[in-house]
Amino acid sequence: MSSTDSVRWIGQAAAYGVFVLFVGYFSNSPGYQHLAPDQAMLKLSLRHSGQVLGECKQMSAEDLARLPPTMRAPLDCPRERSPLEIELEVNGETRLSERVEPRGLHSDGMASIYHRLNVPAGPTRLKVRMKDHVDQQEFPYAVEQEVELRPGQVLVIDFDSQEKRFEFL
Amino acid sequence: MIRKTQELLDGAFKRIESAFNVAFGPHWNPWYQLGALSFYFFWIVCISGLYLYIFFDTSINGAYESVERLTVEQWYLGGVMRSLHRYASDAMVVTVTLHLVREFAKGRFRGPQAFSWISGVPLLWLLFAAGIGGYWLVWDQFGQYVAQITTEWLERLPVISDSLARTFLSNATLSDRLFSLLVFMHIAIPLFLLLGMFIHVNRLKLARTEPARGLAIGVVLAMIVLSLLKPAISMAPADMSIVPAEVPLDWFYMNFYPLLDRVDPLYVWLLLAGVTGVLVVLPWLSPSKQTAAAAAVVDPANCNGCTWCFQDCPYEAITIVPHSYKKGMRQALVDPDRCTACGICAGSCPSATPFRHVEELVSGIEIPGYPVDRLLDDAMAKVDTLGGEARVMVFGCDHALAIERIEREGVVALSLPCVGMLPPSFVDYIARQDKVDGVLVSGCCSGDCFYRKGNTWTEERFASQRMPHLRTSAGHDKVKVSWAGIFEGERLAADIEEFRSGLQRKNTAGATQAADETEAAQ
Ligand code: HEM
Ligand code: SF4
Ligand code: SF4
Repeated sequence: MSSTDSVRWIGQAAAYGVFVLFVGYFSNSPGYQHLAPDQAMLKLSLRHSGQVLGECKQMSAEDLARLPPTMRAPLDCPRERSPLEIELEVNGETRLSERVEPRGLHSDGMASIYHRLNVPAGPTRLKVRMKDHVDQQEFPYAVEQEVELRPGQVLVIDFDSQEKRFEFL
Repeated sequence: MIRKTQELLDGAFKRIESAFNVAFGPHWNPWYQLGALSFYFFWIVCISGLYLYIFFDTSINGAYESVERLTVEQWYLGGVMRSLHRYASDAMVVTVTLHLVREFAKGRFRGPQAFSWISGVPLLWLLFAAGIGGYWLVWDQFGQYVAQITTEWLERLPVISDSLARTFLSNATLSDRLFSLLVFMHIAIPLFLLLGMFIHVNRLKLARTEPARGLAIGVVLAMIVLSLLKPAISMAPADMSIVPAEVPLDWFYMNFYPLLDRVDPLYVWLLLAGVTGVLVVLPWLSPSKQTAAAAAVVDPANCNGCTWCFQDCPYEAITIVPHSYKKGMRQALVDPDRCTACGICAGSCPSATPFRHVEELVSGIEIPGYPVDRLLDDAMAKVDTLGGEARVMVFGCDHALAIERIEREGVVALSLPCVGMLPPSFVDYIARQDKVDGVLVSGCCSGDCFYRKGNTWTEERFASQRMPHLRTSAGHDKVKVSWAGIFEGERLAADIEEFRSGLQRKNTAGATQAADETEAAQ
């Protein structure tokens, strides 16, 4: 084998080596610290319909006569729903305070929120509360609880619209 | 500024490429076939993916186990296939990115080449979507991490359902249906990618979609070695009630994921949309200086419809249509939007021959920027200045070595937009001149022509494998081809000298023989 041949083969082997090292390394390294080792994760995620804004109106006979026959309902109810107001306190510190608008063209859909936050693991005081009508003075739905969070644990805070209460999963 | 960056990058590429030429030689040089390598990695991913699919359980509870079984029990085949699937996908990101940067550096994003450039951009999105989606399917803790971050990110777009991330909230909300959808997407997206790849090269004549055999073998061996030394493995099975603190991020596909933890995901959308937007409008940000008037023109009077130019145009800019006035005949037609004004068509036209007895030489097809008549005048003017012994006329191209630099006593040089525009009959004509002992044709380094096919077609024409052939009564040993990249001036100079000493020997031998014959006659 001539010396230019050996230069060729060594050069090629080196190039393949560098390529393979590069691909092999960055394919899963360096590891990414997504969460500090002593942290846990909270996910506040809920879907709930706010209360309907406004009262239903009794239709008068003239009003009804003006409507096409198929649409003559005696009560005219507004569809617009109230936004939700949600607060989350962790160990006495407010970590989230948000107003969530309903979805839909006429603001008549559900409001939904998804929020992820990292908190220190250990004993943790959680307080969540929610209003579902803008006129409410107090928070009608609330829960306050002490939980023990393990490092790496995911705690989901959801709201059960049927039972009308928060739940920790 | 764009042109400045482009030139700097181009210089860097040329330096690296010429270093690679030493080890790989021009035909195996990976830098010259980054697009082809991207295709190749795509096929490796497809084949290995097909194998994985045979053993893959598409249910959310079975997926992890099935991948694990393949990795452990079948490490010698299934495990290697899994690793190949991953590493070839990663390698494809590398080659596609380098391909993009190199095409930019070569300025191949402007004017008629904008189609190739713009059609490449959506491929980036499809490639990333395919790669990121693949990680979900393993359904280990990393897949879970990817699912969580990706759904949160997607959900930030108003058009996406607001309950997507909720689906991945707890073990109870997960469904087989959704998982099957993910599997389906992981097959559908690469199919769209493939379709996009075909559209991307559609306007190029004989696009190079396969790397050279030697390189292909080297690449697959290297990938197999990597797969054996560092097999792809899973984390613990997914469990929505815990998250791993550290994840083994695939930095080729998920390089922007850490950003999603730090800023509003909407900004990440804006950033990526911005980058995409800049890539798409680049052809207009730095427009081509070439005008539509530079496109090749056909002279119907000189066109007999032979189709040679049609077969040679690297950009599919030529079609053959019924002749404008000769009944029953055909002629070439140029689409100016596609024409890069490379001039290669002039090199293939049989009417572009200096042996014709005409006042002004007009080719059936030629570029207005450098008509063949001027080419003939320029070449003959150069020939006139030739003196000394073993006189050589050199043709080069504007995209390779500045060829005039090699001029010296006995050597003159002429640079063309592309050496592919040199009709073989010109070479014959020049070689037959009394003042010329030989013709040397140079241009972009072999394996890498700025206009894709100029040097390949030239070689094939000279070797009588492509029309028009080089026929010369002057003898083929009076013609030599030597390609040279920008940093290969010394090698070219050495080649020229070797060529000249060959010619010199022939001349002296010829002279001695002639003298002997005269002596014998006396
Ligand atoms: C999946 C990704 C891609 C693949 C597989 C691919 C493959 C190819 C191939 C095979 C060619 C033909 C090379 C030749 O025969 O001369 C080509 C040309 C080209 N590619 Fe790509 N490409 C990809 C992405 C991109 C991207 C992202 C860009 C830039 C935004 C791009 C820009 C170009 C340009 C400008 C050309 C034309 C070169 C010329 O006119 O000579 N490509 N590509
Ligand atoms: S100059 Fe001729 S060969 Fe080159 S792109 Fe235009 S038509 Fe095609
Ligand atoms: S090569 Fe010349 S003669 Fe043949 S089709 Fe093209 S323009 Fe016409």
